[in-house]
Amino acid sequence: MKRRNHNNRPVELPNFCHLGASLRVALTVEAALIASVVARAADADAFWAEFIALSALAQPALLLCLLALCGTSRWLRSLPYIKGAAATLTIGVAVPVGVAWGLAPLIDGIQAYPPIAVGGFSLLVGSGLLAYFNLRARALSPAITEARLQALQARIRPHFLFNSLNAVLSLVRSDPRRAEHALENMADLFRALMSQANQLAPLEDEVALTRAYLELEQLRLGDRLQVVWHVQKMPADALIPPLVIQPLVENAVYHGIEPQPGGGEISLNIYRSGDKVHVVVRNPVAAEAGHHKGNRIALANIRERLLLHFDLDAQLKSEPLGAVYQVHIVMPYTRERTQPAPARPHRR
Amino acid sequence: MNAPNPPLRVLIVDDEAPARHRLRDVLADCASELPVDVVGEADNGFDAVAQVQRSPVDAVLLDIRMPGMDGLECAAHLNRLAAPPAIIFSTAYDAYACQAFELNAIDYLLKPVRADRLVRALSRAHRLSTGALDQLREAYPKARTHLSVSEKGRIVLIPVEEILYLKAELKYVTVRTAAREFLLEESLTRLESEFGDTFVRIHRNCLVAGARIREIGKQPGEEEGHFLRLEGLDERLAVSRRQYSVLRERIRSQ
Repeated sequence: MKRRNHNNRPVELPNFCHLGASLRVALTVEAALIASVVARAADADAFWAEFIALSALAQPALLLCLLALCGTSRWLRSLPYIKGAAATLTIGVAVPVGVAWGLAPLIDGIQAYPPIAVGGFSLLVGSGLLAYFNLRARALSPAITEARLQALQARIRPHFLFNSLNAVLSLVRSDPRRAEHALENMADLFRALMSQANQLAPLEDEVALTRAYLELEQLRLGDRLQVVWHVQKMPADALIPPLVIQPLVENAVYHGIEPQPGGGEISLNIYRSGDKVHVVVRNPVAAEAGHHKGNRIALANIRERLLLHFDLDAQLKSEPLGAVYQVHIVMPYTRERTQPAPARPHRR
Repeated sequence: MNAPNPPLRVLIVDDEAPARHRLRDVLADCASELPVDVVGEADNGFDAVAQVQRSPVDAVLLDIRMPGMDGLECAAHLNRLAAPPAIIFSTAYDAYACQAFELNAIDYLLKPVRADRLVRALSRAHRLSTGALDQLREAYPKARTHLSVSEKGRIVLIPVEEILYLKAELKYVTVRTAAREFLLEESLTRLESEFGDTFVRIHRNCLVAGARIREIGKQPGEEEGHFLRLEGLDERLAVSRRQYSVLRERIRSQ
């Protein structure tokens, strides 16, 4: 098997089914088409005539090409890189040539494009794209990505750490069992914070972690913190980047609950819709504005980690809805590990 | 400390119940070294001020970060009392505040609090100087939730949200709420910089609560200039020509 070593992992082909990859292919091809038309057209009228004529051939070819690549993506990615790249290029050339050949009788009247020219163009653009994806994969190589992820991985606020320790100390004499349980929760939390940042982890683990975190907060805040979970429909086996939900909830507590004398309610809604996993976290908006900057940094941090893991397939939206602040994350539903995962530590 | 001394009367102020509980435990542990009588607990600054006024307290263990009135504001109000208690701040982690404490040589406790640190802090506890407190609040700027005025040796807390207008008179600032007026010994400029979000200047000597403006108009009859009326108050307040245009912009944009 390939990729044993994190730092010396061979480059992989992109997953062509992902929005980010197909969008990049489509935009590059369109840009190349426009460039080639501009190079040949004399004036604006000629440009439009030429572009429309070319589009009749190129757009279906591009679409079919993307579909073919998506359909074979899994297989292409299972091949060794060189063979996979060659196969990708073959598809990228064969599909447009096939379309040109098949459409030739239909668009007989207009300008015909010889299959040789179509093939040449496709080969050129295709190799360019492969080279780009190769460079991009290297730039996002595990070593670099991991370093960036590690730097981005949410850190526990010292404020939370010391207050929690204080709360646990207060329990040691009166309720040793609760103190033990709280320390176990803290251990889980810190284990997760110190774990490898580059592996996707099961959603249920992240939910368990978030519960452990909330139990600790409940210890400190008591009735001021109300939590409502809607996770009956959650896809427990979905793989998500670690520490995406817990920091969101930590934010919700820090900005939405702690500043309010009467406390408030945090709601978590996790569900699957089609091939997407949705995570919605809501908290009351505190009357006193103040530390919004910290909030934005934490959200930007999560957004960037989603981007590193899922490219354009994941989104994070945050918006105030009247008296409630809502963060909504959409991630692709995946059960395929993009990284080899060693056995995860056992969690209750 | 000599044996015949009565126990130190201490008030514990922290918004987290476990933290108050823990301080009680630690104080009980060091009772032989330093006899202490915990006279009460409060979970916010407002309540703490009320309790200190109800029964005398020698020292207040005061958490800094609390919802509503925080520890620094509470200390500022307590310091207006005729006989202010000694104040010992506590915090889990507040880099800025700790820096300010160091600068002003103010004793503070880091949570979780150790028994020996607590005893040391309490045995040399003293009231804060107003100057040090002002510097602290500058290092840690946050608008107060209440203004405090001294009346007959007591202090009255006026919730900022209930204030309709602040008007500078000769030496004082008149604070007007729907119910009554208070006299405050502070400068209008400082109040404006502290509460710039809530109050708007309508005249050289007057700030009004922006959210309470009901009506703006031209003075009737022969009189020059404009006036403004606030919710729940019949009084017409004069608006200067310069502030009038600013106010109109503000109201339009709302």
